Amino acid sequence: MSDMLEIRDLTRRFGGGRTIFGTTKPQLTAVRGVSLDLKRGETLGIVGESGCGKSTLARMLVGLDRPSEGAIRLDGKDLTEGGAKALAARVQYVFQDPVSSLNPRHTIRQILEAPMKHLLRLNGSERKKRLADLCEAVNLNPDFLVRYPHEFSGGQAQRIGIARALAAEPDVVVLDEPVSALDVSVQAQVLNLLDRLKRERDLTYVFISHDLAVIESVATRVAVMYFGRVVETAPSRKLFAAPLHPYTDLLLNSAPVPGKQRLRAGGDTGELPDPYNPPSGCAFAERCPRVEEDCRRIDPPLEAKARGDDHRAACLHPLPAD
Amino acid sequence: MSETAIASPSEAQKSKARPRRPSAFALLLNNRLAAFGLVVLVLVVASALLAPLLPLADPNATDPANRLAPPLSDGHLLGTDALGRDMLSRLLWGTRVSLAVGLSASVIAAFAGSLIGLIAGYAGGRTDQLLMRFIDLMMAFPYILLALAIVAVLGPGLINALYAIAIVNVPFFARNIRGITVGLARREFVDAARLSGKGPVRIVASEILPNVLPTIVITLSTTVGWMILETAGLSFLGLGAQPPQADLGSMLGEGRKVLFTSPFVSLVPGLMIFLVVLSINLLGDGIRDVLDPRLKAGALAKPSARTAVEKNRRWPETKKDETSDAVLDVKGLETQFRIGRSIHRAVGGVDLSIRPGECLGLIGESGSGKSVTAMSLTGLVPSPPGRITGGKVLFETDDLLAVSDKELRALRGGAVSYVFQDPLATLHPLFPVGDQIAEAIRAHQPLDRSEARAKVLDLMRQVRIPNPEARMEAYPHELSGGLRQRISIAMALANDPKLIIADEPTTALDVTVQAQVLKLLDGLRRERGTAVLFITHDFGVVSEIADRVAVMYAGRIVETGPTAEVMANPAHPYTRMLIDCVPVMGEPERRLDAIPGRPPPVDDLPDGCAFADRCPRAAADCRSGDIAMRDIRGRIEARCLHPLSPGDALRGAA
Repeated sequence: MSDMLEIRDLTRRFGGGRTIFGTTKPQLTAVRGVSLDLKRGETLGIVGESGCGKSTLARMLVGLDRPSEGAIRLDGKDLTEGGAKALAARVQYVFQDPVSSLNPRHTIRQILEAPMKHLLRLNGSERKKRLADLCEAVNLNPDFLVRYPHEFSGGQAQRIGIARALAAEPDVVVLDEPVSALDVSVQAQVLNLLDRLKRERDLTYVFISHDLAVIESVATRVAVMYFGRVVETAPSRKLFAAPLHPYTDLLLNSAPVPGKQRLRAGGDTGELPDPYNPPSGCAFAERCPRVEEDCRRIDPPLEAKARGDDHRAACLHPLPAD
Repeated sequence: MSETAIASPSEAQKSKARPRRPSAFALLLNNRLAAFGLVVLVLVVASALLAPLLPLADPNATDPANRLAPPLSDGHLLGTDALGRDMLSRLLWGTRVSLAVGLSASVIAAFAGSLIGLIAGYAGGRTDQLLMRFIDLMMAFPYILLALAIVAVLGPGLINALYAIAIVNVPFFARNIRGITVGLARREFVDAARLSGKGPVRIVASEILPNVLPTIVITLSTTVGWMILETAGLSFLGLGAQPPQADLGSMLGEGRKVLFTSPFVSLVPGLMIFLVVLSINLLGDGIRDVLDPRLKAGALAKPSARTAVEKNRRWPETKKDETSDAVLDVKGLETQFRIGRSIHRAVGGVDLSIRPGECLGLIGESGSGKSVTAMSLTGLVPSPPGRITGGKVLFETDDLLAVSDKELRALRGGAVSYVFQDPLATLHPLFPVGDQIAEAIRAHQPLDRSEARAKVLDLMRQVRIPNPEARMEAYPHELSGGLRQRISIAMALANDPKLIIADEPTTALDVTVQAQVLKLLDGLRRERGTAVLFITHDFGVVSEIADRVAVMYAGRIVETGPTAEVMANPAHPYTRMLIDCVPVMGEPERRLDAIPGRPPPVDDLPDGCAFADRCPRAAADCRSGDIAMRDIRGRIEARCLHPLSPGDALRGAA
């Protein structure tokens, strides 16, 4: 398996620069030097809490946002080469809120045909064929193509969102919290659908979620983000079985599990550092139960920690294997 | 793989059978004033359009011998003016000109203004700055002066007056449309269009324009009248229509000279202007009311201070009503929403009871009625359209549905308090959080400022807010989501409540913060013996915090019992299926079995069990009569005729 998507030292800053009166504007770094590789056919799960930069990363992957620094390469070619359309034909995006991602004044047919028209330049009969194929793929009754988005429930709308992403025949689909706006009984439908489509169409997924249980059930590999950085990455099984980074450990222990009443770790404040004034050392140091003096000086790099080359963590004092 | 096709045949039929919303035109005619405006306008426009066909005298033919003939004189229905020209003919031809000029000016202004607004709003940044500062500059001049200056430069004449009025009105449209476009340009469907390969021009034209069109129409319909007035104003001053051409303004100007001797010469065009502008404005307001979604939703209707309660409501009689030790005892609560002709039975007979210090988890999917149940308890469901039609809510010994408004106010935020999902929406953005907690205390307790302050600090410490002295001066937006929810909890605790109703209090929070808030709530209710009604959709959260759990489906509780028992061995197939379709951490290989179909709409509930259509165990007897809650294994109660026993495989039956 080859690396299909390479993300190198990706950084995105917001704000900054000077006002017309010469004062500096406050600057916020949403993504700080993220490097990740995506292999063909895998599902990379990106997990993290609000403000960790996972959505900004996703938007850069599909070209909705430009990185301040760093590069994203698809099959060795820089993403921005060839323009937005060339990129959109290969990498597509599924939104968190299915209803607001569909234009309320367009019919489902208009929404699904747009990528075929503008990206693939298909003619009428080709479009008709692909529409039928898409409807079948996502279990959408073809009679519904003439309807408007408000007539659909959240689960149905999300299937339409998925169909639109697939309409352009992409290789990579970035899914940004695709099931978090849905009721639990509908979540399973969408997760099962995504799983089937991936196998049938040989897709590669970047699956972003804050829900660890969902990530564990879909991802082959997981990257944990905290405060704009990847703090741990490993094959899914390895990461959930024995995490290296204390933050990953905190996440795993905080998620409630149905049918279990667990002892919760106390003392954590749950507060992120000030993004306008980031700390010099490890961003998690303030909350970390294993913090030592050097953590506040050195911002640790993401590197392998004696659990194989595929299990890396950005931590000076990682957790031991149980 | 257990996906369900989007369309089940029954669903398609139902959507056809449901009453359709009345069309926009029917709604417009429903508004009497707008309908009146429409009729008058149609008459005026029709007579103006038909002017060339009507047997009218030449409007410009002078007849000095017959000057200033009064109305109803022979051959001149409305008389003649100072030059002996027929007034009726001039009026209709003049109305024609005035309407044409006013309308074209409006359309030009709407087109140019909307274009500027769309470009500025979509492009943002420099373009926006440049365009909008230019618009601001135009608005800085007094309105009529700017029009006069433009005519002065272009020279007098009807067409130049038209341009002047159009230009003067451009900023009005530009600002309105820009505001809406800015909001729309950041919506997700615009991002989606970009990813579908649409360029900026196409996005503005096909994605944004259809969404701002209603606003353009509203603005247009409310400004046309104004523009006709302005045209008349410029003509009155002699800058518009040039003699001998008639328009309403110039007729008014000519009438001024003979105002005292023959007032009808100015009265006739004056009345016509009045009729035209009045009818256009009435119609415009009507169009705005029909197209404005806020008005459609009834949001402008003033809700009452408490939910309307049906006078002769009933509740199921049980023996232990007055003797139970429960802090809250709800019997047969029914809440309905009446929208148009349909009745939505959001809560259809809910029984609940909570003992002091107990936490009851109320779990269900969206639309199951769990939040409406919680809001009904203290009459917080907006009326109209909400209405409590049955049941009683015993809080200690009082029926909350029967107490006086004053007693209810004392209870709300006092003995019964709420914590809601989104603290950013429930906290006031303009007051420091400390003041807001103090307000919650002083609404119920007669404390002076310093006592209240001490109590606020104490409460903030109880909810473990670090550095409370500094934090009490902070505004809600300066705090993180977790801290904000702690503030809400502090407010809920302010008056030592006996019952806290927490409606999805951790749903908007991150998992690590959620764990903290759950721990806090759990500790507080154990220390203080406060009962908690905890509403959630998350089985994990319920397992963490609730002693007992009640599962809601289509407005009724379908299963209730001790949390551990319900989670391990649920009796109702819905509970089992709901638990089975959630991914569980530590079980990545778990098969996710989706529940086929959708819940029935609460304005069209089926007879018998509401879950029967989706249930693999449904039999003929499930589809008729009222299915009561019954004891299962002595530990749990379920509303099911064919309950599951421990170990029963649900899928085998499917």
